[in-house]
Amino acid sequence: MSNTASILDKNGVMVRSMHPKKFAMWLFIISVVMVFISLTSAYIVKKAEGDWLLIDFPKMFNVTSILIVMSSASLHFAYISAKQNNLFRIRLGVVVTGVLALAFIVGQYLSWRELVAQDVFFVGNPAGSFIYIFTGLHVAHLVGGVVFLGIVLVNAFRYKVHSKSMAQIEMCATYWHFLGGLWLYLYLFLILNN
Amino acid sequence: MSENGDMGHHDEHDHDHEQSFISKYIFSTDHKIIAKQFLITGIFWAIIGGALSVIFRLQLGFPDMDLEWLRPLLGKWITTSGKLDSEFYLALVTMHGTIMVFFVLTAGLSGTFSNFLIPLQIGARDMASGFMNMLSYWFFFLSSVIMFISLFLETGPAAGGWTVYPPLSALPQAIQGSAAGMTLWLVAMVFFIASTLLGGINYITTVINLRTEGMSFSRLPLTIWAFFITAVIGLLSFPVLFAAALLLVFDRSFGTSFYLSQIYIGGEALPNMGGSPILYQHLFWFLGHPEVYIVILPALGITSEIIATNSRKPIFGYRAMIGSMLAIAFLSFIVWAHHMFVTGMNPFLGSIFMFLTLIIAVPSAVKAFNYITTLWKGNIVFTPGMLFSIGLVSFFISGGLTGLFLGNSAVDINLHDTYFVVAHFHLVMGSASFFGLLAGVYHWFPKMFGRMMDEKLGYIHFWSTFVGVYLVFFPLHYIGIAGFPRRYYSFTSFDAFSTFADLNSFVSIAAILTFGAQFIFLFNFFYSIYRGRRAPANPWKSNTLEWTTPVNPGHGNWPGEIPKVYRWPYDYSKPGAEDDFIPQTVPYSATPESNTDYENELAKPEEVTPKVKAEDEA
Repeated sequence: MSNTASILDKNGVMVRSMHPKKFAMWLFIISVVMVFISLTSAYIVKKAEGDWLLIDFPKMFNVTSILIVMSSASLHFAYISAKQNNLFRIRLGVVVTGVLALAFIVGQYLSWRELVAQDVFFVGNPAGSFIYIFTGLHVAHLVGGVVFLGIVLVNAFRYKVHSKSMAQIEMCATYWHFLGGLWLYLYLFLILNN
Repeated sequence: MSENGDMGHHDEHDHDHEQSFISKYIFSTDHKIIAKQFLITGIFWAIIGGALSVIFRLQLGFPDMDLEWLRPLLGKWITTSGKLDSEFYLALVTMHGTIMVFFVLTAGLSGTFSNFLIPLQIGARDMASGFMNMLSYWFFFLSSVIMFISLFLETGPAAGGWTVYPPLSALPQAIQGSAAGMTLWLVAMVFFIASTLLGGINYITTVINLRTEGMSFSRLPLTIWAFFITAVIGLLSFPVLFAAALLLVFDRSFGTSFYLSQIYIGGEALPNMGGSPILYQHLFWFLGHPEVYIVILPALGITSEIIATNSRKPIFGYRAMIGSMLAIAFLSFIVWAHHMFVTGMNPFLGSIFMFLTLIIAVPSAVKAFNYITTLWKGNIVFTPGMLFSIGLVSFFISGGLTGLFLGNSAVDINLHDTYFVVAHFHLVMGSASFFGLLAGVYHWFPKMFGRMMDEKLGYIHFWSTFVGVYLVFFPLHYIGIAGFPRRYYSFTSFDAFSTFADLNSFVSIAAILTFGAQFIFLFNFFYSIYRGRRAPANPWKSNTLEWTTPVNPGHGNWPGEIPKVYRWPYDYSKPGAEDDFIPQTVPYSATPESNTDYENELAKPEEVTPKVKAEDEA
């Protein structure tokens, strides 16, 4: 974090400070983490109680996992470009990230269709319902991230994203990488529990 | 820290500029106004929550009473024979619990005092994000409106208990309260969770990032430590309630089976298979147990500050107080299953949770001990705020002791869901944090409204409430040990309990009188806002930063620069000092007569502002 600073005050007491909004973003991420930790714990507890359904893992999840990793890379590309004040590349990186995000959402929808094809519906055994909840709730957070991308893109066109004004794109990148990591966690969680 | 100042206040504009009525008092981003909004809304809910309890106490204490006179208010909830409808009784206890736990003692307490005191006591102009803070209040307001509307539904508000366990809460056909009332309960709680998270993120960010120069964590008042830890607990636990509520919403409205399995109701078998109602209990109590500390910790922080100030003594064991709060916060997350000892859990698991639960007695006892040793040989000033703080310590101890019984997984088999539980948590959590709330209002009223509350009325209010609370809740222990379950509509239908009829009438009378005594407070509160004696700048001779602001602080809190902090907040009756208190803004170099050797060393590199230096030379 470029804005983090540790300063010794006059009495030699260490005072730390961080950009308040970035800090608040991290706290928000913690609360989202808690939602998913509790839901995946619920999954484990429910599974241990039995009366559980075995489900074929949708193949599409492999594709969407690659898509979301790629979107993280493209946003990082935009972030580095912002540091180098390359406006065109910022816009390019953010747009590509947005397109990959939309592809990811479509991919998740297709994976739902794969579930439906094997008669696993949202309504039914919780083993299936949980998969819908995980993916649905993750996409809901991802839509928020896409809105954030849009805000960054608009500001990139207004020349407001550059090496002296990084806070917004940094926060956007933080959130986006978090969403990617969250999906990979859910992906591994579902694989390991199936 | 200069960098911090720059970041927060690029806009060093005139803080006292004219604002329209709407932006100043309604959609305000000023933490002091938002705190008052939380307080007034909390008071409104406390009156409703208290009134509901009086109605169901009438049923419990006087089962034969003709309640026809309540018909103008309750309509068809009074049966044709003039009795309280039994399903409405369940709605009353449910709403009483929901309102008191969430709307009064979470939003009303944390919302009021975290908002009001954090910027004032750490030396900040406002919260990290005034907008988020405003949003936090208005989400709470929206949640309040929805919950309030649910009281007037034809099928009544939610009635499955404040814990809303499925399957009762998940099936609209189970009881009337599980229909539209339950839906509105869930919607209201979603907004409430959003409000709490927005507020909590703000509190944590502000405490960590916006402290004034010199305000290290080891110089923070214990109030701020308490609010900070409370916000961290809320941040970690409320999302879990959100997850639990989300699955419940899907079960109720979309037909999923997370919590439902093999149910036969009203002559009809439901299609739901594979779910587990115990799952809900795990999720709920993972929030539910931390929630009781979200309720009590701010009250304990307020009490620490008030007891130290009015004992004219440094708080005993400042670091032990912080350590015990941290320990309580940590333990609060690993004891949830002690609410579930009778759900058929593995007894070995039960004994682990019992062990962890009983450990909480250690930090709690440290806190109780430290309050008493702070009082010990102090020059105690019995202000109303001080009396309520001491009352809190009393409830915390007498209610906490019964926690040792309930935390024991074997004893709990007998006591579970009886009035013993009701007595326990109403003392240790309900009344104790309610007293913390009242103590805070009496103590910081001068800062909030620039006027003093009437002390005599405060004393009358204290003694009637203090005695009243014990008269209400102490007898409930006996009824509980005798085995009477909570939430039951009627005592008299069981012969074994008819001997307790007189005791129940007694409790009900005490409850009505105690409720009535709160109107003394309400009168005092609202009268003093307009007609109270004008407050001096530092009425309690306190050390903390909020008393260095003008009597009526404007937007931005300090007209000039934010004061620097040079010492901890508990230098009361320091040996050698001229006054019996040394505010945090006084540098060590200005007090050579009372410095310890170590503090003399600290005084050498101190760089003091010219103003203080001038006073020093004079």
